[in-house]
Amino acid sequence: MRFIFKTDYAQDIKLAKHGGHVFWYGGLVLLLLAAPWITTEYWLAQLTFILIYAVAGLGLMLLAGFTGLFSLGHAAFLGVGAYTQAVLTNAGLPFPLALLCAAGLSAAVGFVVGLPALRVKGIYLGMATLSFGFIVEEVLARWESVTGGNAGIHIKKPDLFGWTLGSGEEFYFLCLVVAVLSTLGILNLLRSPTGRAFVAIRDSEISAQSMGIHLARYKTLSFALSAALAGVAGALYGHKMQFISPDQFNILQSIDLLLMIVIGGVGSVHGAFLGAIFLITLPELITIVKDYLPDTVGQAPGLKAVVYGVVLVSFVLFEPMGLYGRWLKIRTYLQMFPFYRKGMFKRQKSFQKSDRLK
Amino acid sequence: MTEILLSATNLSVRFGGVLAVNNVSFDVRQGEVFTLIGPNGAGKTTVFNLISRIYNPTSGSISYLGQSLTAQPPHAIAALGIARTFQNIELFEHASVLQNLLIGRHTHRQTGLWQDLFFTAKARSAELQARHKAEEVIDFLGLQHHRDTFVAGLPYGVRKVVELARALCTSPKLLLLDEPSSGLNVEETDDMAYWIADIKNELGITVLMVEHDMTLVSKVSDRVLAMNQGQVLALGTPREVQTHPAVVEAYLGSVDDVSSLRRQAA
Repeated sequence: MRFIFKTDYAQDIKLAKHGGHVFWYGGLVLLLLAAPWITTEYWLAQLTFILIYAVAGLGLMLLAGFTGLFSLGHAAFLGVGAYTQAVLTNAGLPFPLALLCAAGLSAAVGFVVGLPALRVKGIYLGMATLSFGFIVEEVLARWESVTGGNAGIHIKKPDLFGWTLGSGEEFYFLCLVVAVLSTLGILNLLRSPTGRAFVAIRDSEISAQSMGIHLARYKTLSFALSAALAGVAGALYGHKMQFISPDQFNILQSIDLLLMIVIGGVGSVHGAFLGAIFLITLPELITIVKDYLPDTVGQAPGLKAVVYGVVLVSFVLFEPMGLYGRWLKIRTYLQMFPFYRKGMFKRQKSFQKSDRLK
Repeated sequence: MTEILLSATNLSVRFGGVLAVNNVSFDVRQGEVFTLIGPNGAGKTTVFNLISRIYNPTSGSISYLGQSLTAQPPHAIAALGIARTFQNIELFEHASVLQNLLIGRHTHRQTGLWQDLFFTAKARSAELQARHKAEEVIDFLGLQHHRDTFVAGLPYGVRKVVELARALCTSPKLLLLDEPSSGLNVEETDDMAYWIADIKNELGITVLMVEHDMTLVSKVSDRVLAMNQGQVLALGTPREVQTHPAVVEAYLGSVDDVSSLRRQAA
């Protein structure tokens, strides 16, 4: 068991709270930097996708996990980002500028979508964002002069002021940099007044308001930031796929994103990454396991959907805190061995009005 | 003559057919503890919600330090120096006590979104300043043990204190306490009485509270306003109000009511 001796308020502000954090996260960064040399090209591509989805997951986590506003149309922001990037890159804009535009446009769209969130909550907000997702998908399919319609559109390789990132390794590093910067940004927000205002809105709007938090401003801000991150992820996704079409940003993609953060663990930054790992590796695992199953099961159509469904239901029933919650329990078990008690993480049933996260 | 901090003039609120607050006027003076009492449904909490702008008055006005409160949006109230607690604790449950207190510093934030996003040197120093203020409040209310505990895991009595602490973190001029002693045991209520007295005497904060516990009320209040069914019954010192015939009637019924219950002498 680790006890942290605190002698300075600045200690509570630090991102790495103790030596263990420095060691393990340092090790993780080294491992990620070395990844192109220690994995195959195929798994490097999967790792790139994990990073891209993690960025989108961070965005949705900020909105759903920290501000308590659910969005069932998040793939639309991914689409806006991807198409902006595609159009601008093909027009010859260098990558960083196109990425900024993609983030900016997504944020602007997010701001507009955030406006109904000021009036509606819960399932109604879900419906509003869901229909927004359909609208964007339809726009992408119909606005053929710009988006190429259902035939889709090709994206050129990212160009960093003359240096074209052609190979998978180079693009992987680009995604790694974006993912690390987004994570640091989110962590910074969470340790400052803006992030705390989001959390306050999630837990009790009425008292957030009485603490002087401008609900409308922070809710739309949360939507805009979340959409901007999704837009950045969409831009990277477009480059990785090299070809995008409207059906890549449909309701199924939105559900994947939501599933990802629920399984990863709503309300934790780790959850976005764990969820992304889960979302990308599960189909791979299914493909591997398939060969060892009897043909009637292994070759059955819809096996993936069934496995996804079962996993999601199991998480909701047995581990509402997601993969990150499970990890916390395992870690506490090891730290406290042999004194871990079964009920330690049991949620206290509280019958307070502010118990609205669930 | 002490300065008048908050004054309500002819306040009325109507919810459908119910006149929840009916033509209520009162003044809260700088540096006093002013208590609203009255039976359930008397409209005390509604008056609170009018001051914190959760409801709009149907008629009447509230002025605070000479400016009209009714023109302000609800989120601007805290910045004016009015903080409140809630009857059914409204804390941020999935955050630690310290984080709750830091949210209380929101109106004193010095940084914008971009400074927060990059956590600039200014954001860092503002963060440390907020922490110093939060620690002062933690020391004042003796919350050191609970600093890093999540609110969801705290007992009711402590949550009540955390809510008071969060309100104090906003550095208010006027503190609205909605039933500070409800759900507290005798010792905790005693503590609350000391703290309210300290808030008034040491911190110089004016307190406006709603309270049912008459021991607490008479211990700390300078003036008491008794209400029933939305109307003012009596205003004065705790002693005067407790013996006021209209107040006695509201709580116990009139002599006529009681005598009609007595068995007829044979």
